[in-house]
Parts: sequence; C-alpha cells; structure tokens
Amino acid sequence: MLELKGVSYRYAGYAKSVLQDVDLTLADGEIVGLVGPNEAGKSTLCLVAAGLAPASIKGALTGTLTIDGEPMAGRKTHELASRVVVGFQNPNTQRSGIAATVFEEVALGPQNLGLDVPEIVERTRTAMALLRIEAIQLRDPARLSGGQAQLVAIAGLLAMRPRHVILDEPTAQLDPAGTRLVGDALRQLAAGGTSLLIAEHKTDLLDGVCSRIVAIDGGRIALDGPAGDVLADPRLVALGIQPPSRVRLKRAVDEAGVDARTAASAAAAMVAVA
Amino acid sequence: MIAVEDLVHVYPGGTRAVDGVSLRIEVGERVAIVGQNGSGKSTLVRHFNGLLRPTEGRVLVDGVDAATLRVAELAAKVGLAFQDPDRQIFSGKVRSEVAFGPRNMGVAKDQVGSRVDEALAAAGLSGDADANPYDLGYSRRKLLALASILAMRTPVVVLDEPTTGQDARGVARVEEIVAGLAELGRTVVAISHDMAFVAESFERVVVMREGRVILDGTPTEVFAESSWKELESTYLEPPLPARVGARMGLGATPTEASLVAALAGRAGATDRASGEAKT
Repeated sequence: MLELKGVSYRYAGYAKSVLQDVDLTLADGEIVGLVGPNEAGKSTLCLVAAGLAPASIKGALTGTLTIDGEPMAGRKTHELASRVVVGFQNPNTQRSGIAATVFEEVALGPQNLGLDVPEIVERTRTAMALLRIEAIQLRDPARLSGGQAQLVAIAGLLAMRPRHVILDEPTAQLDPAGTRLVGDALRQLAAGGTSLLIAEHKTDLLDGVCSRIVAIDGGRIALDGPAGDVLADPRLVALGIQPPSRVRLKRAVDEAGVDARTAASAAAAMVAVA
Repeated sequence: MIAVEDLVHVYPGGTRAVDGVSLRIEVGERVAIVGQNGSGKSTLVRHFNGLLRPTEGRVLVDGVDAATLRVAELAAKVGLAFQDPDRQIFSGKVRSEVAFGPRNMGVAKDQVGSRVDEALAAAGLSGDADANPYDLGYSRRKLLALASILAMRTPVVVLDEPTTGQDARGVARVEEIVAGLAELGRTVVAISHDMAFVAESFERVVVMREGRVILDGTPTEVFAESSWKELESTYLEPPLPARVGARMGLGATPTEASLVAALAGRAGATDRASGEAKT
C-alpha cells in the first residue's frame, strides 16, 4: 500500500504550494486514475507519490509518504526505486542515454536491482513482448518515434516488476493500438498485486482500466470515488476535464430530448459496442 | 494548393517511411491525416514545407515543385507546428518566440506586434506574453508552438498532433483555432490519433498504413461501416457515435451531432408510424 497523508508541496523558489493537503491511498492491486485540468498539480502529485519530490527535485514537503508501512521521509532515490517506479510525461526525460539498444535500455532497471543475468534477460524479454516492441529491440533508443519511445520507457518500468507504479500521461504520444496495449499491460500488472496511479487526459483509457478516479484542481483533491461515479459526475466538465466518450454521448442524447425508448436503445448500443 | 505526386521517402538506413503517396489538398480544405505510429504521417507532411526532400516523386506547392524552392520561400507558404514543442521553442520570452517567425519573414516592424498579440490571443496565452516558455507547462508550450505558426499567417498550416497533452479546454481551444483558420480560407492539415477531434473538426480524413494512403474521404465516408475493415487493419477505431449509429442501423454518424440528429429522425418516424397505426 502507498499512502499520502496531509501532503502539501512547494517547489524551491516558489511562493505558493502546488499541492495542498492531499490524502491519497493506493491499495495493492488497485489502479487509480488521476485527472485534472492542465497545471492542477497532477505531475507534482506523481513526483511526490514516487518520493522524487523532494528526494531529487527540491522543495518543501509537509505531510507524509508511507509505502508498505514504512515512512519514506529522508530516503535516497535508490532506496525509493526498489519500492516505487515512476514514468515521466516525456519519454525522452526517462531515457538513460547510456544504452546502445532498446534491449539494453529495458534491461537497465532490472540490472540496477542487482538480479542474476538469466532473470534480467527473462524480465526484459517478457516486458518487451507485453508491449510488442521485440521488433525494435536492436534499435538505438535515441532514434525512435515518440510513440515507440513511450512504449520502451514503460517496458523499462515493467521489467523492474515494481510493487507500486506511478505514470504521468503514459499514452500521450501513442496511437489507439499502443494505448490499448498499455492498458492491457497495466491491468495485468495490477492483477499481480501492483498498485498503480495513472495521470491521464484520455478518460476513455481510464474508464476501461481504473477502479477509482481522483480529480484534482488547484492542487487539492476535488473528487475521489469509484471510476464509474466520478467519470459520470457532472462537476468533471466544470473542472475542465473531458468525460469519456460514452458519458459525453449519453449526455448529448439525453439533452436532445429523444423519446425514452430511442434513448434506451441508444444506451444499449453504447454498451454493445464498448 | 498542395499536390503530392507518387511521393517516396526512404530514410538513411533504408526505412521506406512514405511508399508512393499521391494526394491533392485544395485551398481552404481541412484535412486530417490518421494512422498508426510509424505509418509515415509526419514524414509526409514534412515534405510540405521542405524539411524533407522526396527520394522519388514530387510535391507541388501552389503549382511550383517544392524541390526548386528554398526553405525560406516554403516557410512563407506552409507553417508546421511540431509534435514536440520543445523542438521548436528556443526563445527566452513567449512574445519574442512568437515574433520570430514574422520578423524572419521580413514583416514590417510595426505589424509584428499586432500579429503577435493576435496569435497569443487565439492560443489563450495573452497573459503569458512576458513569461519564459520553459516556465509554462507542457500543454501551454504546445499552444505556444502553435501561436508561433499562426503569427506567420501562412496560407497552409500543418499541425502535428495538436491535441496531445491538452485538457478539455485546450482541445476546445485547438478546435476553435482550426475553425478560425478555415473561416479565413486557410488550408489546415492535422495529424491526430484523436478520432473524435478528427470527426468534429475536419471535412476530409486521409488514413495511412505502412507509408501508403488506404482511405481518403469525408469523416462520414471514412468512418462508415463499409470502411471498418480497412480501419481495423491499421488498428484504428471509429469514433463512438459512428459505432453506435452503425449498431442501430442509422447509417454513418461520425459525430455526436449527426448521431443525435439520426436518433431524433428515427424517434419522429416511430411517432408518425404509431400515430398512423392509431388512426
């Protein structure tokens, strides 16, 4: 379990806190979606949940981060990395810059965990297969398309077989097929007991994989509840968050004032094509 | 007008990114280019402003072979906003970033200011004119890159993945920008993975797979059930209203508005039918 309690965060040199009094718990095997308008504090929340702020990105933290019962205050980044991994918004930020091939890039995480070579190879192959990037395993990681780079970065995280995963817009540069692959991989990871926090604008993706959704606005938690409830909450639009397409469409049909029978058959069709 | 004739582009190393594309884009058209990552979309559009030169075939801009034009000449005709704004942004101030394009094109000094103000207003960045671009979040840097292209007032505007990383307001902003350009008679070409955005904001959709064009038509045509097999071959899914409309036998309804209209029509027909049955 990963737990944030009463967390506020102010970056070094900033006058104002970016996060204010945030309580958030990720249970084992739970996938939580994090939504919010741009600059609501989603990326900062990801960094704080991973312990990188303040361990690596300096600032003032109040409140606590606890992982599997242990307080993380004062931990070094390598201690944090064995408990929680984080995927950044821009895969180029994630890239090590020291691996000559995609295979080596994906293997870097498990290598740094000090595992045996056969174990490293097995984990690397499994992660690449899950995201179907075997075909580019000998390519230079610095010369990939945006979408490919994103899949390589996520494969690198999966290969570490982490207990807790924080992802900041993992599918921003992916096509619909890549987005589905990532969704499947995340579900599989959660089924093995890993807890995940995913910051995303693509509410259609979250709709399919998350059990819970947290919406933040101005650095504070605005909504927190079961995915179905929060994604259908009318307040979402006012927060500047686009609801999933099925919610938008249902609303458009309701507002058009078509008769109840037609609306019901439209609703049934929406379920059938999902 | 842009005419692409039998275009082939092979990168050093042998990747055949564009493999025989012919395409005409008329003045004032709004064209979306869709397809998987690596299907050749970005490679194709980079020929429009001379960033890439054809391996085979040619690209005509206003009837002139782009290969005979200098990059500066092409830049005055075709503006391209990159997928990754950080590849485009280099200035220390938002205002000077946006002013760079028009200044470089030789626009008179007293006109640069008004162009910059207009472009910043369209992108919703008027309040950030004096900020450092790198103090802005990713979504606003992306809008900044778009504003820099708008300020050049090129007849053709090419947008590579304009809605990625944008929240609902940001997507609405991009939709307004596309509509505004169309109103001014400019040509807009956008690459996107967002099928709802494509169906709502564009009058033509070009689908690419493995460097070739496999579908080309209106959103109604391209997202109609008869095209689904082709779409599926490149792992694209039609927008939800199209799938619901087909399921209900309402024909091609690529947008929310077209589905709602079809539903209202059917409800009306049922009412009339039941009315007749009663009499």
